[in-house]
Amino acid sequence: MSDMTSPSAADHPEGAERLSEERREAMRGEPPFVEAPTTDSRLVRSLKEAGITAGLVALLTLFFFLFRTDIAVGGLALSLDPVTWIVAIAIAFVGRFLLSFFVFAGERPSVGGWKKVAAATARWPIGKALGAILLLVALTLPFLLSTFLPSQNRYLLDLAILILTYVMLGWGLNIVVGLAGLLDLGYVAFYAVGAYSFALLATNFDLGFWVCLPMAGLFAALWGIVLGFPVLRLRGDYLAIVTLAFGEIIRVVLLNWYDFTGGPNGVLGIPKPTLFGLEFSRGEGSFSDFFGISYSPVQRFVFLYYIILALALLTNFVTMRMRKLPVGRAWEALREDEIACRSLGINTVNVKLTAFATGAMFGGFAGSFFATRQGFISPESFTFIESAIILAIVVLGGLGSQLGVVIASVVMIGGIELLRNLTGLQAIFGAGFDPTQYRMLIFGLAMVLIMVWKPRGLVSTRSPSAVYKEKKTIGADLVAQGEGH
Amino acid sequence: MEYFLQQLINGVTLGSIYGLIAIGYTMVYGIIGMINFAHGEIFMIGSFIALAVFLALAAIGITFLPLVILLMIIVAMLCTAAWGWTIERVAYRPLRGSFRLAPLITAIGMSIFLQNFVQVTQGARVKPLPPQIQGGLTLMDSPSGIVVQISWIQIIIIAMTVVLMTAFSLIISRTSLGRQQRACEQDRKMASLLGVNVDRTISLTFVMGAALAAVAGMMFLLYYGVIDFYIGFIAGVKAFTAAVLGGIGSLPGAMLGGLAIGLIETFWSGYFSVEYKDVAAFSILAIVLIFMPSGLLGRPEVEKV
Repeated sequence: MSDMTSPSAADHPEGAERLSEERREAMRGEPPFVEAPTTDSRLVRSLKEAGITAGLVALLTLFFFLFRTDIAVGGLALSLDPVTWIVAIAIAFVGRFLLSFFVFAGERPSVGGWKKVAAATARWPIGKALGAILLLVALTLPFLLSTFLPSQNRYLLDLAILILTYVMLGWGLNIVVGLAGLLDLGYVAFYAVGAYSFALLATNFDLGFWVCLPMAGLFAALWGIVLGFPVLRLRGDYLAIVTLAFGEIIRVVLLNWYDFTGGPNGVLGIPKPTLFGLEFSRGEGSFSDFFGISYSPVQRFVFLYYIILALALLTNFVTMRMRKLPVGRAWEALREDEIACRSLGINTVNVKLTAFATGAMFGGFAGSFFATRQGFISPESFTFIESAIILAIVVLGGLGSQLGVVIASVVMIGGIELLRNLTGLQAIFGAGFDPTQYRMLIFGLAMVLIMVWKPRGLVSTRSPSAVYKEKKTIGADLVAQGEGH
Repeated sequence: MEYFLQQLINGVTLGSIYGLIAIGYTMVYGIIGMINFAHGEIFMIGSFIALAVFLALAAIGITFLPLVILLMIIVAMLCTAAWGWTIERVAYRPLRGSFRLAPLITAIGMSIFLQNFVQVTQGARVKPLPPQIQGGLTLMDSPSGIVVQISWIQIIIIAMTVVLMTAFSLIISRTSLGRQQRACEQDRKMASLLGVNVDRTISLTFVMGAALAAVAGMMFLLYYGVIDFYIGFIAGVKAFTAAVLGGIGSLPGAMLGGLAIGLIETFWSGYFSVEYKDVAAFSILAIVLIFMPSGLLGRPEVEKV
């Protein structure tokens, strides 16, 4: 067509210019006109979206709900379960329809991505009050439990110990990730080092918990430096993946070094902690004997609870004090801008290594507490999933926020643990329904949902550590933490 | 010598599988700069779908092997691609433009979710599949009694990898989709200003990566004959190592890195110890990142202030 209109092919322009000329020709000089797209009514649109979602869910779950591979006599067998599949599709359809019809009912903006930067607002110091209340509850928890819930005392106390262990680990990792901005996916390595150094020292040299605790912390800190040194130049995601590799290496070595660590059998017979030499057991020289009270196994749990509470509070205290020291300031400066740090003469090597070492030390403390609580450790307890859980707690809580770590631990660890008690659901899903099976499933889903809902974490405002004249909270969108650069 | 050759063949086969997974990592990292932690799980899902398809076909009486394999590939690629798309849509797209740690956390969350989803729906026990493709070519039959053999399944794996790699490179270098992907990789904002649908391009990148991972998963199933819900993690980390080793963001690099990791792992198990083969792979990752952060074929990162 263009050949006919142009006088000769010789002076015809090439490439893009020619294309645009052809297009103009084709439109015969008219301005481009596009018909406005017809808009469906809300009901039709919702139905369409629901249909698409249901179709997608059908495709996704086709080989997971409908077909199930089982090990049978002559190899593998396939069983069909169309009910679950159809129910899943129906749930997806109805859920999406309701969401589209009622929640996303408003006109969607065609251009997204612009967000208002929250102004720095002076708020009621809810964080401080909440922190104080939580501390008070934590301090009196054993008494509260024995008064109000004596039947489940031991179970809940054990759960509290577990949560506090994660709080402590979270606070320890917060130094590395939240303050210094070094993304560490192998934090469990230091936890393992602490646990194994205590367990091996205690079983080989007959040392007690309180002697080994500082040594375990020291070893872990040493490992923090050893593993931190090679990765000094790395940033962001690369750092994450190398620390992950280190964590896995330590686990594989623990698993295969039979003579030293006992391999997959782990270390048995780790001693329990004592209170100034008083054991928490029956008989002569025990705690109950010394104070002349009747023996109860709960006493040991209460003691363990106070140990981990003290350790966790120590972590918090040290972190808060460190933030006010030059090295803490340097950590936060490093997180914000490494190049600026270097140009201001901060020794980034030392700053990074102190962050790694301090974080690792608290991980080591927590590890030796874990060993003494369990009485038995094996490499199975130190898989990558633990690192992921700890990092998730730190990030979900809001990087760098101490209170956030507590809230995230309670929500994630405690909330997941609650699933164990949901045996009432068996009435709905049949007797074969085991809620604990879904623990990690829901954990993973919760991680995704909380992150999508609040990308900055549950506690997203920060109070600055350096203050000039008056204190202002920093809005979530101005917090550049953990950018990893 | 014969032993060496045999290990070489095994290493190249393993490396092909790693390479196919590594492409997914390298493309996603190149285009949005995040580690798609759930990619290993995508690979695992691909192998489970392939297994289910195989059993379903056997149940309705289709046992003609080439047809079975073809159907396995097509269905596994399709369904796994749907998973890849959904994961991107649900877990990563809402967080685009958020700070860098957020998508990493959702990726880890997704990975945990997918692992447990498969565990709950398909059971925690390993699924053994008896070898379907027997026999092979004997390349060398030395008097010492060591036979160098390349089995048919190894030939299929290597050939399929070569074909897929070639097709993929052509897509990236010749088609308009590939051009859009390269544009997004260089500068996402500029690409969107010039009319590239960035969200669609990123989605398609996930879809393509997932489809390749599905093929890798199917080949893993046929080659090793044993899968469980946990295979994705280790394979994922190793494939990521391969992507980093080859230079992240570079397609030939991913393949080269995959081969290198496969060979290192095979030779390490063949000559040193099987227990520490993972340590070897992870140490390589650490050493490469520390001394050669841009990998074998990657571009060095320029630091702008």
